[in-house]
Amino acid sequence: MNFDYNEEQQLLADSVRRYLAKAYDFEARKKIVAGEGWSSETWAQFAQMGLTGLPVSAEHDGFGGGAIDLMGVLEAFGEALVVEPYLPLVMAVRAIERGGAPELKARILPDVVEGKGRLAFAHAESGTRYSVDGVKTTARRDGSRWTLEGQKAAVIGAPIAQHLVVSARTPEGVGLFVVERAEVKPFRTMDERLAGDVTLRRVEAQPLKGDVALIAEVLDFATALACAEAVGAMQFACDTTLEYLKTRKQFGVPIGTFQALQHRMVEMFISLEQARSMACLAASRADAGGDPRAISAAKIKVSDAARHVSQEAVQLHGGMGMTEELKVSHAFRRLTVLAREFGDADHHLARFASL
Amino acid sequence: MDLNYSAEELAFRDEVRSWLRANLPQDLREKVENYAHLSKDDLMRWHRILAKKGWVAPAWPKEWGGTGWNVVQRYIFEEELGYAGGPPIIPFGVTMCAAILLRFGTEAQKKRFLPRIYNGDDFWCQGYSEPGSGSDLASLKTKAVRNGDHYVVNGQKIWTTLAHYADWIFCLVRTDPTLEKRQEGISFLLMDMKSPGITVRPLILMDGGHEVNEVFFDDVKVPAENLVHEEGKGWTVAKYLLGYERMNTGRIGESKRQLARLKEYGASMMGDSRWRDRLSRLEVELTALEITNLRFLDRMRRTGQPPGADVSMLKIKGTEIQQGLTELMMEATDPVASDELSSAIRKRYLSMRKTTIYAGSNEIQRNIISKMTLGL
Repeated sequence: MNFDYNEEQQLLADSVRRYLAKAYDFEARKKIVAGEGWSSETWAQFAQMGLTGLPVSAEHDGFGGGAIDLMGVLEAFGEALVVEPYLPLVMAVRAIERGGAPELKARILPDVVEGKGRLAFAHAESGTRYSVDGVKTTARRDGSRWTLEGQKAAVIGAPIAQHLVVSARTPEGVGLFVVERAEVKPFRTMDERLAGDVTLRRVEAQPLKGDVALIAEVLDFATALACAEAVGAMQFACDTTLEYLKTRKQFGVPIGTFQALQHRMVEMFISLEQARSMACLAASRADAGGDPRAISAAKIKVSDAARHVSQEAVQLHGGMGMTEELKVSHAFRRLTVLAREFGDADHHLARFASL
Repeated sequence: MDLNYSAEELAFRDEVRSWLRANLPQDLREKVENYAHLSKDDLMRWHRILAKKGWVAPAWPKEWGGTGWNVVQRYIFEEELGYAGGPPIIPFGVTMCAAILLRFGTEAQKKRFLPRIYNGDDFWCQGYSEPGSGSDLASLKTKAVRNGDHYVVNGQKIWTTLAHYADWIFCLVRTDPTLEKRQEGISFLLMDMKSPGITVRPLILMDGGHEVNEVFFDDVKVPAENLVHEEGKGWTVAKYLLGYERMNTGRIGESKRQLARLKEYGASMMGDSRWRDRLSRLEVELTALEITNLRFLDRMRRTGQPPGADVSMLKIKGTEIQQGLTELMMEATDPVASDELSSAIRKRYLSMRKTTIYAGSNEIQRNIISKMTLGL
C-alpha cells in the first residue's frame, strides 16, 4: 500500500505545474481562449516535456505511460483549466496502440510524440448521450476499402486534429476507425474548449482491431483520467475559495470567521478528499486491466463532488463568483462539464448497479 | 501508487479473519447480526476471549500486553473485528483510560489499573459531559476540593455510556474555579464507582434502550493518588485523548458488514431504482472513505505524525455513512411487519442518530477541521 507517485511521476507532475504556473496562468489562458482556442506554442511545450509521448508506447518513441503516470499531469491540467485537447489525444492514442495495424501506428504515433500529430476521439453522436454502442455512423466495406458515413457531435479537439479515431457501425457490430481530417464545424463548448461537429460523407477509413469492448475500454480509461482532472479543478476551486474567505471582509471581519461559511468550506474539502481517493482507485484499476464497476463508482463520487464543490465555490464568492473576471467561474464551467463528461452520476449509478 | 495491501499485510488479514471466524462464539455473532441487546456478560465474554489470545489491546506497548503491530496492522485488525460482527470492544478502558495512563500515569497507577483493564476485571466509563457542558466541555463545573490525602467531589455528569456496568470512571473535574483561563483549573481523576456518594440514574433513549446515564457525585471521597498527571493539567490529558490515534473512527469494517447485510436483507428493494441508487451512493462513499482512511494511514506510517484533524473527517463521513445504512435498512423493513428483526432494525435507526452527536458532534468536528486544517 502506497499512495505516493513514484519519483518519475512526481517529477513530471512538478515540471508540468511549474510550466503552467509560469506560462499558463489565468491571463495567458484568457488570451488563448479569446484567440484560436488552443496554443500551438503550449502544445510544443507539452511535446518537449514528454506529455504527447507519455501515452505512446516505447516502440513508437513514447514512454508507455499508464493511468497513474498520466494522473498527475491531468490533475495539474485541472488546476490550470488547460483547454488544449490532451485527453482526446490520449484516448485516440490508446485506441490506435491497441487496435492499429503496424503500418498505421508507425505513420501516426511518432508524429504525435513530436507534437506534430494531433488526434481526437470521435464517438458521441447527437441523441446517444453516454451510450457506448448507440452509434449510428456506419462503416461500409468495399473490397479492402472502408468508408464512413454519419455525424459525430462535439468532438473535442477535432478542429485541430489531423486524424480522428471514429466509432462506426458495421454489419458485425460497432468498431473503431481512423480517418484523416473530415468536415468539421468548429465551436466552443460551455467550458471554453475547442470542439467540432464532424460530418463524415463517405470518408475513407482504416479499421482498428477490436469491437465495442475496445471503445468501452478507452472510455473507461478516459473516465479515470477525467476524475483526476476534476480533482485538480476542485483543488483549485477549494484553494481559491478558502483564500477568498480569509481575505474578503464584511461587517469588519473576514467572512471566513462566520461559522455558516466555515462548515460549508469544510464540506467542500471533504468532498475533494473523497473524490481524490476515488480518482486514485479509478487510475489504479484502469492500470490493472480495467474494472468498470470501480470506475463507475469513482465517476459517481467525482461527479457529485464536482457539482458540490463548484456550486459552493461560486456561492461563497458571492457576486464575484458569477463574473468572468475570476478564474473560479471558469472552474465552475469546467467542473460542470466534467461532472457529465463520459457519463454523469445517474448514468454511472445505473451501470454500477448493473455490474 | 499501489492501493493494495502488501502480501504480508494480506497474510496478516487472513490470519486475523480466520481466527475471528473460529473464535467468535456463534450466539454472540447472532445477537450482533440481529441487532439484539448485548449484556455486560456478552461484552466481557468477547473481551476475555480476545485478551486470552493477546489481541485485546494491540496499541499498548508490548510490556503491558500490546501486540507490537504497526499502524496498518492495527487498522486491519480493527476493521476485521468490525467486519466479523463481534460485540464491540468498549473503548473507555482499553483505548481511552489506558492511553492516558500509559502517557501520564505513575508506575503505580499503571501497575494497578492496566492489567485489570486488559483482563476485563474492571469496566470503565468516561465522565466528561455535564448538563451545562456538552460541546463547550471546558465550562464543566463538577468540583473536586483537595482535603489532605483525598479530594471531595460534588457535581454531575451526563451521557455517561454504560456507567451502570462500570467499576470505575475517569472524570474531568474542576479543582480551581478561580482561574481566568478556565482550562487551567481542570484535573483528571479516577474514581471507584462503588464510592459512597455516587449515584447512577438511567437515561432511556428514544429506542427504549438503556445505554447512557446521569452520574451524581455527593461528597465523594477520592484518594489523591487517583489524580492523573498534575492538578490543573486535566485539560492537557483530555486533549491528548482527543488527538489519540484512533484510526478506526470511520468504522469501515462494521459499515462494510452492514452494507453486505443490507444488500441481502433489502434484496426485494433492489428493483426500485430510487432506493437502489441511494444504496449505491452509500457504497461509493464507503469505498471512498476506506481509501481516504488508508491514505491517512499511509501518511502516518511514513511521517510518524499523529492523524490530527484527519480523524475529524473520518468521524463525519463514517457516522454519516452508518446513519445512511441504518436508514435504508429501516426503509427496507416491511412497513406493516412487527417481527423481532424488523423492530430491532427500526430501533437501531432511532439509536444510530446518536453517532453524529457523540464523541464531539459532527459540527464540532467541522470546527476542528476549519481551525486546524483550513486555518479559518
